[in-house]
Amino acid sequence: MLRKPQLRLVVTFHTTAEALKTEQVARQLGLEGRLIPVPQALSAGCGLAWSGPPETETDLKHALREAEVIPEQLVTLTI
Amino acid sequence: MIYLDAAATSFLKPPCVAQAVVEAMETVGSPGRGAHPLTLSASRTVWACREAVAQLLGVSDPARVCFTNNSTTALNTAICGLFGPGDHVITTALEHNSVLRPLYRLAEQGLELTILPADEQGMICCEDLSRALRPNTRGVVCNHASNVTGNVVDVEKIGVFCREHDLYFVVDASQSAGVLEVNQQTMGASVVCFTGHKGLLGPQGTGGLCVAPDVTLRPLVVGGSGVHSYDHRHPAQLPEGLEAGTLNAHGLAGLLAGVGYILEHGRETLYRQEMELAKSFIQGVRDIPGVTLYGDVDAPQRTAVVSFNLGEEDAGEVADVLAEEFGICTRAGAHCAPLIHEALGTSQRGAVRVSFSHRNTPQDVAQAIEAVKQLACRLEI
Repeated sequence: MLRKPQLRLVVTFHTTAEALKTEQVARQLGLEGRLIPVPQALSAGCGLAWSGPPETETDLKHALREAEVIPEQLVTLTI
Repeated sequence: MIYLDAAATSFLKPPCVAQAVVEAMETVGSPGRGAHPLTLSASRTVWACREAVAQLLGVSDPARVCFTNNSTTALNTAICGLFGPGDHVITTALEHNSVLRPLYRLAEQGLELTILPADEQGMICCEDLSRALRPNTRGVVCNHASNVTGNVVDVEKIGVFCREHDLYFVVDASQSAGVLEVNQQTMGASVVCFTGHKGLLGPQGTGGLCVAPDVTLRPLVVGGSGVHSYDHRHPAQLPEGLEAGTLNAHGLAGLLAGVGYILEHGRETLYRQEMELAKSFIQGVRDIPGVTLYGDVDAPQRTAVVSFNLGEEDAGEVADVLAEEFGICTRAGAHCAPLIHEALGTSQRGAVRVSFSHRNTPQDVAQAIEAVKQLACRLEI
């Protein structure tokens, strides 16, 4: 194990453009989180996922709706 | 040296463009290919460029700005991605070979092609569109601004026509993006094709196409996309769907700087500056004996492109003397636009094209006028 597993909110996307748009809106809102490679447990169209603390879920969902980004998956899992 | 060939490429770029390219070469990795910091930096740069282009060209969604290496690739993608054998397509005699040749090639495969004629001033008549309509007409492909005369086509009118008849409308904005108002939504264009290295002031090797939300294109090239790696088929989503292979992130960093410069200084302001120079040149040479100007040089809206000939001289000879003796860079020949030269009656000898940038100076114009005067005297016209 390289790192201590943590419970994280993980969002995957159909396109890289959507991933970058998510990073942008999350930053604008000051949400803690960053782009990561898609975890093996998930499969996604885009190789990038956004990961943040689980408590960001509500704010992030709202931001995604505002930005008209439809995630491929939005899950909480231990990675 | 006086550079009067902006219609070929924007040699006179703001310094921020080259700086951005160099900085990108030293700081970014491969865009859309992984999640380490350098890759993300490249992806962010490319995304910022999409946003800037979308803002300037009135594109509803930056994700629908798809990058290519030039306008020719963008036009081939649009034309071959929308039309095929059995379709009827209307284009015009104003077009560059980057429009004509893909259409000619499709015509060899069974596409029906109508080319609207240009008059002796190099203008088309929009009313000809209605007469050209057939039951199987699928679209119109049209230049926004001529790379030979600088005259402008009423693309909004053609956009309305296309909407009324449920046709695709492909606009070649190679000479107008960054110069004239190009707004995909106002134009009603299905696809707007642009190059990065002319009016947008970016580096060569950049360009793209803006695809309207209701339009789906077959990709010209498929391959690496950074997404859906196990699928046999290339992903359909834009922009990846039309961007197989690694993007020119270094060039796009430069394009971002160029578009940013235009947005900061104001497209209209820059356009007015270069048009003042072009108008001065027209006024300065139009009464010189032996000078023939082409196109409607007094049109209220045009670009800073002026083509002329001197007496019966070969245009290439005139351009060569301008370069060798006066240090003035112009472009002679057919300008890859054969049909408009046929309409202008300049197929044999071509024309000398001078094209201005807002970064040229009134002194550049004065020297160019003086050079033409001297050449006319030398010819004893």
